[in-house]
Amino acid sequence: MTIAPTHKPTFADIPLSERLAKATPLLLVPVLVLVGLAAIGNPSSWLTLTVSGLAMGMMIFIIASGLTLVFGLMDVINFGHGAFISVGAFVGISVLLALGGWAGAPSLLLNLLVVLLAVIAAMIVTGGLGWAFEKVIVRPVYGAHLKQILVTVGGLIVIEQLIAVVWGPEEIFFSRPETLKGAFTFWGAALEKYRILAVAVGLGLFVAMRLVFRRTKIGLIVRAGVENGEMVEALGYRLSRVFIGVFIAGSALAGLGGVMWGLYQEVITASMGEELMILVFIVVIIGGLGSVEGAFIGALLVGLLQNYVAFLEPKLALVSNIALMTAILMWRPQGMLPVVKAK
Amino acid sequence: MLVKLLSGDKPRSLALTLILLAILVALALAPFLFPGVRSLETAARICIFIVLVASYDLLLGYTGIVSFAHTMFFGLGAYGVALASIHMGRGYDALLTGTVLGALAAALLALVIAMFSLRVRAIFFAMITLAVASAVAVLVSQMSGLTGGEDGLNYMIPRELTPAFRLGELFGVRINGKVLNYYLVFFASLGLFLLMLRVVNSPFGRVLKAIRENDFRAESIGYNVVWYRTIATCLSAATAAVAGSLFAIWLRYVGPDTTLSFEIMLDILLMVVIGGMGTMYGAVIGATIFVLAQNYLQTLMGAASEATGGIPLLPQLLDPDRWLLWLGILFILSVYFFPTGIVGRLRAGR
Repeated sequence: MTIAPTHKPTFADIPLSERLAKATPLLLVPVLVLVGLAAIGNPSSWLTLTVSGLAMGMMIFIIASGLTLVFGLMDVINFGHGAFISVGAFVGISVLLALGGWAGAPSLLLNLLVVLLAVIAAMIVTGGLGWAFEKVIVRPVYGAHLKQILVTVGGLIVIEQLIAVVWGPEEIFFSRPETLKGAFTFWGAALEKYRILAVAVGLGLFVAMRLVFRRTKIGLIVRAGVENGEMVEALGYRLSRVFIGVFIAGSALAGLGGVMWGLYQEVITASMGEELMILVFIVVIIGGLGSVEGAFIGALLVGLLQNYVAFLEPKLALVSNIALMTAILMWRPQGMLPVVKAK
Repeated sequence: MLVKLLSGDKPRSLALTLILLAILVALALAPFLFPGVRSLETAARICIFIVLVASYDLLLGYTGIVSFAHTMFFGLGAYGVALASIHMGRGYDALLTGTVLGALAAALLALVIAMFSLRVRAIFFAMITLAVASAVAVLVSQMSGLTGGEDGLNYMIPRELTPAFRLGELFGVRINGKVLNYYLVFFASLGLFLLMLRVVNSPFGRVLKAIRENDFRAESIGYNVVWYRTIATCLSAATAAVAGSLFAIWLRYVGPDTTLSFEIMLDILLMVVIGGMGTMYGAVIGATIFVLAQNYLQTLMGAASEATGGIPLLPQLLDPDRWLLWLGILFILSVYFFPTGIVGRLRAGR
């Protein structure tokens, strides 16, 4: 009798280089921050720029997360996402202007309350609009990318023009609520209060989203749906309903992002969504279509890089994002954290 | 002979043939049939947009790729002619150099963009072209030293192509350099259009259609899909650049608003969809209808807006500035209900 050959499994550690390769996208943000410090030299201006970069990144992330999920779940690419940004901003700012007394009062509580009301109004309106958009515009063209792009671009134009009909074609200037104006001084660096609020909101939202995705059943269904929709449907879940929910949530988030961006710029125009969408698309592409974490990292990279470069060489600020996208696509053609599709 | 000129792609519908013939005759005799500065301007615009839209259709209708950078290529050609005319001085050599360099630059840029995006996913292409095109548009308006910024550039073209050059009268119409310029635009556009008709009816064009219908299957048969898509992109970019050069020669002015704006991109999209995706003749009909409507319908909308002055909301909806609103609605409806456009309808109704 011969002895059976040994099939002892070996438990080899993953080598460090492989672990590092997995973590590289996560490391990019701190690396960029350090490179920024080295390039700028002056710590106080670096701190100011970092905070504004993070604030910008967070706002872009809030907008991008909905778009990337909608794509991951149903393979729908929504060029009309920008319309929700503009609508959100106009609704939110209208509420803010209507409650001018509260916004002008020097009380933090009243000011935050007014911002909260503006955000809630904007999210309700854009969520509803998202529901209608999905039903009327996106639903008939499932599965056809070419038509999806064309039709959603058409939807974007129509909504933008309707904004001009309702609110007039001119941009609206306004000022932030009283206690959100101005800046702290910290280590000789001026940190605008509103930017810190934006970072806090963005971070809170990201953590909340992660908790929903990792800890709840609906999060599990969404994640599984992104990876293998057919299998989830075979298990008895109606993915199309989940999808509508995600679409509405994504639209509402775009509305939230619109209000925040409007408060950041203190001016809103009907075409602001369209302009922001360019950054959002860059973020979604470099993050990996369908990946929320990737969008988060991408958004921070874009926000930070844009602010650093605008400080160092103002003319290159716009090209810097394209350069970032090019570099990342050369390194990982599918984006930093591509969603693994089981097909 | 005629069939050969059309590369064997006959209109295949009596109504379509008649409409195309009418457009051809009207454009060929435009200076004599519709004298006047404004109508000549419209006719030249139609010629140039036919080429531009046809080159876009090569991408959208034949290859099934959506690009938002077509105006960027159009602008490259236009700025090529403008810069060459300024730096080389007035002359035909400047026009030619500008056109050739503009087309080459467009093809090269298209190659780079296509290499980056098409090898992963065709859908990336739409987003990346949108980002790149907007960056270029901002760049052009910022680099005012080179491009004249928002104001754009004015330059001189050879005297024979300007209204100052008089030749005499023919059939009661004064022939000046502007008419000669028009015929330059007309014949160049006609040549480019026939060339594109040749491309889409060649074996190469057949492969493009196969890719549009089912890229996976085309790949399995053994065609390098990425490569074919890339070449189609470059070809379409170069043609758009030449159309831009013609536009620059005609207008004697380039600026971001007339060549690079996103609004023109939307116009092109609409012309392709209305006329009919995937047929070169669709570009002719789409561009003609659209340019005519743009020039003459907006006046009508203004009148309608004033007439409905008393009714709430309607005047704002009918304001000539809200022209894009109706365009967008028309666009969505035509994608849903007439995906084959006017040409498809005419051919089906035979």
